[in-house]
Amino acid sequence: MSDVVEKTLTALPSLLLSVDSQPGSAKLSTSSKLGSLIRNITELTSKHEEEKLIQRELSSIKDQVSSPNTTMRQMKELMVRAIYCEMLGYDSSFTYIHAIKLAQQGSVLEKRVGYLAVSLFLNEHHELLLLLVNTVLKDLQSTNLIEVCMALTVVSQIFPKDMIPAILPLVEEKLNHPKEIIRRKAVLALYKFHLIAPNQVQHIHNKFRKALCDKDPGVMGASLHIYLHLIQENPEGYKDLTTSFVTILKQVVGGKLPMDFNYHSVPAPWIQIQLLQILSLLGKNDPGTSEIMHEILEESLRRAEMNHNITYAILYECVKCIYTIHPKSDLLEKAAKCIGNFVLSSKINLKYLGLKALTYVVQQDPKLALQHQMTIIECLEHPDLIIKRETLEILFRITNAQNVTVIVEKMLTFLSTSEDDHTTIDLVGKVAELAKKYAPDNEWFIQTMNAVFSLGGETMQPDITNSFLKLLSEGFDSVEEDRKLKVFAVNSYVSLLEGEPEKLPQRFLQVISWVLGEFSHLQQDVGAETVVCLLDKLLHMKNSTSETKTWVLMAMTKVCEGAACAPLVQSVCETYSSSLDTVLRQRAQELQHLSRDPALRARVLPPVCTREPLEVDSSLSFLDEFVSEALAAGAAPYKPSHQRQEELAQTKAVSYEPYQLTLPISTTAHTHTPSLLSISSSLSEGSADLSHKGGSSSLKLEGVKRVWGRGGYEAAQVETPSPPQEGGDPSISHTPPLTSEDTESKQQEQQLASSMFLGLDHSSVTLMGKGDSTPSWLKRKERGQTPLNDAQTFTDPQELTDPSPLHVVSPQFPQSPVIANGTSDTEAALALACLDTNRSSTNQLEDRGLSLYLPAELSGLICSEISVLCSSESLELSACHVHKLRSLEMIVFISNSSDNAVQQIQVQLHSEQLEVSCASESQMEEVKGHSVVVRQYSLRVRKPSVHVELIGTLFHPETPQNVQFTYRLPLSSFIRPLTLSTEEYGTMWLSFSNDTKQNLTLVHSENEGPLRATLNVLTEDLHLHVVEIIGMEAIVACRLLQDQPCLMHCRVHGDALAVWLRSPVPELPDCLIYHCQRALQGH
Amino acid sequence: MMRFLLLFSRQGRLRLQKWFTPMMDREKKKIIRDMTTMVLSRQPRTCNFMQWKDLKIIYKRYASLYFCLAIESQENELLALEVIHRYVELLDKYFGNVCELDIIFNFEKAYFILDEFLMGGEIQETSKQIVNRSIDASDMLQETLEEYMSKPAF
Repeated sequence: MSDVVEKTLTALPSLLLSVDSQPGSAKLSTSSKLGSLIRNITELTSKHEEEKLIQRELSSIKDQVSSPNTTMRQMKELMVRAIYCEMLGYDSSFTYIHAIKLAQQGSVLEKRVGYLAVSLFLNEHHELLLLLVNTVLKDLQSTNLIEVCMALTVVSQIFPKDMIPAILPLVEEKLNHPKEIIRRKAVLALYKFHLIAPNQVQHIHNKFRKALCDKDPGVMGASLHIYLHLIQENPEGYKDLTTSFVTILKQVVGGKLPMDFNYHSVPAPWIQIQLLQILSLLGKNDPGTSEIMHEILEESLRRAEMNHNITYAILYECVKCIYTIHPKSDLLEKAAKCIGNFVLSSKINLKYLGLKALTYVVQQDPKLALQHQMTIIECLEHPDLIIKRETLEILFRITNAQNVTVIVEKMLTFLSTSEDDHTTIDLVGKVAELAKKYAPDNEWFIQTMNAVFSLGGETMQPDITNSFLKLLSEGFDSVEEDRKLKVFAVNSYVSLLEGEPEKLPQRFLQVISWVLGEFSHLQQDVGAETVVCLLDKLLHMKNSTSETKTWVLMAMTKVCEGAACAPLVQSVCETYSSSLDTVLRQRAQELQHLSRDPALRARVLPPVCTREPLEVDSSLSFLDEFVSEALAAGAAPYKPSHQRQEELAQTKAVSYEPYQLTLPISTTAHTHTPSLLSISSSLSEGSADLSHKGGSSSLKLEGVKRVWGRGGYEAAQVETPSPPQEGGDPSISHTPPLTSEDTESKQQEQQLASSMFLGLDHSSVTLMGKGDSTPSWLKRKERGQTPLNDAQTFTDPQELTDPSPLHVVSPQFPQSPVIANGTSDTEAALALACLDTNRSSTNQLEDRGLSLYLPAELSGLICSEISVLCSSESLELSACHVHKLRSLEMIVFISNSSDNAVQQIQVQLHSEQLEVSCASESQMEEVKGHSVVVRQYSLRVRKPSVHVELIGTLFHPETPQNVQFTYRLPLSSFIRPLTLSTEEYGTMWLSFSNDTKQNLTLVHSENEGPLRATLNVLTEDLHLHVVEIIGMEAIVACRLLQDQPCLMHCRVHGDALAVWLRSPVPELPDCLIYHCQRALQGH
Repeated sequence: MMRFLLLFSRQGRLRLQKWFTPMMDREKKKIIRDMTTMVLSRQPRTCNFMQWKDLKIIYKRYASLYFCLAIESQENELLALEVIHRYVELLDKYFGNVCELDIIFNFEKAYFILDEFLMGGEIQETSKQIVNRSIDASDMLQETLEEYMSKPAF
């Protein structure tokens, strides 16, 4: 109450003053001031005049705001004028401080303008914002609702992260405010805080639940924003809310909300769409949760039939949701029909969304694209570039080796007309990707890449050039093919340089110079002097940058041979050895020396064919001496970057946020994702890549293709490319009555369609044994896929002169995909190290015969015994688990002992403690008679416990009941060694909070001390890493997959080993102690 | 989440700008320039959606004024179009048959209405009645204060 009085008291004098000075007429005169300003501006003809006028206006504002006699009321009016000037792009920063003052001291109305000005003028980092905190605090505590509302609005608008704690308690309090408008604004303000500083609002998550259950639907709707965001980050944590969301959606769709929430007589569309988005996140890859929402999705689809934009918005969201969650066939059918309605619609916005939806869906279900192929072709020629662009996006997703030429041609045509940089960059990247993946032959590949380079210009992503050069330098396995490609490239570049090199972008010229430098000797017809001449031409071009010139000089150094080039080279050297650019000067010097001394040149730049692969010592052991000398001289020891950062964070000012733990493993873990297993490696090239991309986008549809069956339906579509009007409303059909001209163009379109949609049905074959026969050209792609490190290659042409380090990486084990796929050597090392101890178990494996079916990449790794899970009639299910360095793989063997094939077998695994992910896309398997199908699952621990259990179900059509089975495995299978230094151990030890102490029995051995012997047993059985042993103490580290560390400190204490475990995961120390005890009991 | 809302005239003059995420002035200027050129160069009878960097741009023309709204990529384009439409309806209800001049001369009112309708880049209130009621409530305050002031001194 006292606040109100105080406020009134401060406001009164100013109000009275304004009345005194200009009674009554105040409003009129001020509004006309803004009015006249605007009117004056519109009358002006030149930009210059406007500038003069505004400057005059600003200086008059400046005088008035700083005058002490200006009332708040006049200030409000001045502020509006200042906002207007600022909007026109003129600086009025002198008013900022007055805006804050106005918000602070004005009455409600003036305050409102003050806050508006503040939110328009100041950005998050402005220092003046500090002055606002007190005002906001005061207003949040005000008894005047309007003031509270304004404060909440401004808080959600511009409040910076570090000022949130000051007002957070007050905003939180507002969640219990009796007025719903305040509660709603408070929820939205907290949502905003959650976005900028999630850690600070962590403790209020329970209150969000309360907001979700608020009696006012508006507050509930506001809380959905927060939930959508939370669920996006962690869908697992909110599965229990699924039923609540479904119930809410049911009520909304059923029209149970007050009429106020209707929009054009559709009940609360914003809330509906938000809920649909939430549901799709929850139901993704989760059959159980998806089950709950099927009914309401169907109802939403049915209800949203009115012909209004807003219902289309809901429909679109429904379709997206249906295609995101675990598929259900009849829903999918309805959704597909819906997409059809969008695509065939005459309204251009709906068509656009239809194309978007198709793009979303085609990777999983290419047949849908087949259904709409004629519409797609039409859209390709659409006058609206946006529609064209979106159509290309669909085509990009359905490209395969058979239709690549047509699609790339379409893309290049579009590119040549496109003016938008962003589109160009994006599309150029896509063309390059397609060319690399599916190029039918050398000629096409080089020509396409030429087009990419010329169209992409300077804006292109640098990795396109890098991977292209890498591809060229690595070449093929076959020497002949390899030579052909390079010669073709050289020929094409020579003719380009003979043409008009001025028109080519710099990037392209750099590529050309490099290729000519490296490979022009392969082409006998073109002499060295011709090449040097052509390169010299580039140096003289006006627009060549010095970077390009550097590349050119490098190329000349490689090429110049024989006396014919000498004079030209000499003159080039003379020109550039005095260049101001140091790099150029350096290159010129190199050129000069090497061209004069052929013997030296032969040694420095040997011809490609004779080059020995370079040995790279990645451990940099040759520096050891240097390091030890430096250390002896008093240099500080090297610390890895993550450690340095951690220390840096500690030395900084007080931070209230918990530190993020960076472990050495986590930095590299993602680069070695488990490679595809062997069954799926026999997939067609096309589908493998499509599914790959499917993983990166948010959509994953398993088993969708089954809706239409695998039979002749889609094959028939390819042969007769007339559009099936399945979902199309005949009234909006796009086929007008045909004239003879029309039929001709129609025929052309159909021809285009048949070439463009070629091979689509093949790519849906995902089961074993049916891979596309990929042309030999594509085989080398495997190696080319890892992009070059651009810092390493592109910036310094020197590095590129010798591509051989790249060869070294692939060792001589062609048979072993573990290594060839780039899985780390350490993994192999681990396998080898552990091979001895597990030889007995591998032998047992051999006996059962099933081990032959183990995916090749897993051979040699530690593997458990294969145990029978269950059997039903002729089917038998067995399983084992294989330790990989970064994951635990569970292998399930489905063996069929009968003569007949069993189809549609489905194995589902779930567990409370584990996260199960299946490497193969399809859910169903077909097992032929007397054969075995292998499925591979990656397991991750969600909740550690001593033993973890998987519950599985085997569905198969022949037996009426599903067969249940369980598979138990000890937590120790998920433990991997964690390599770290003693210092790192020290910092980590302090940061972990969950610990357990226990005494263990010591193992006595004749050869070693008891500590050593005990540690040996533990490390052998549990894969721990001994960090250091100091006297009677030892420190040991391990991690639970993926990377949850657990540290162990051991000390010999009389007859026992006192063990102290620490970890960030609460359950982990206890579980690990149990396994340690078990391991020691065995000895 | 919405990122920004711009209103500009057919000549490319900015009439209203609302930024829902913090942005530097230079960025703002560039976006305004990009948006006006992009939107104004669109042909009639083309679709109302565009892609700009990682954002979706939804625009619509009402008489001489263009409304241009940027949303994040996972959001629903049609719904964004309805956001614009509802805002126009709100302006229309407040000003009564709204035209560009209303927004030019009373742009602060347009901002206030927007603040009642959207908050922090999300929809806050979709009901026309309620938004207008709260705007009227504040306006009423103005009138009563002014009435109060114009009364003879006590």
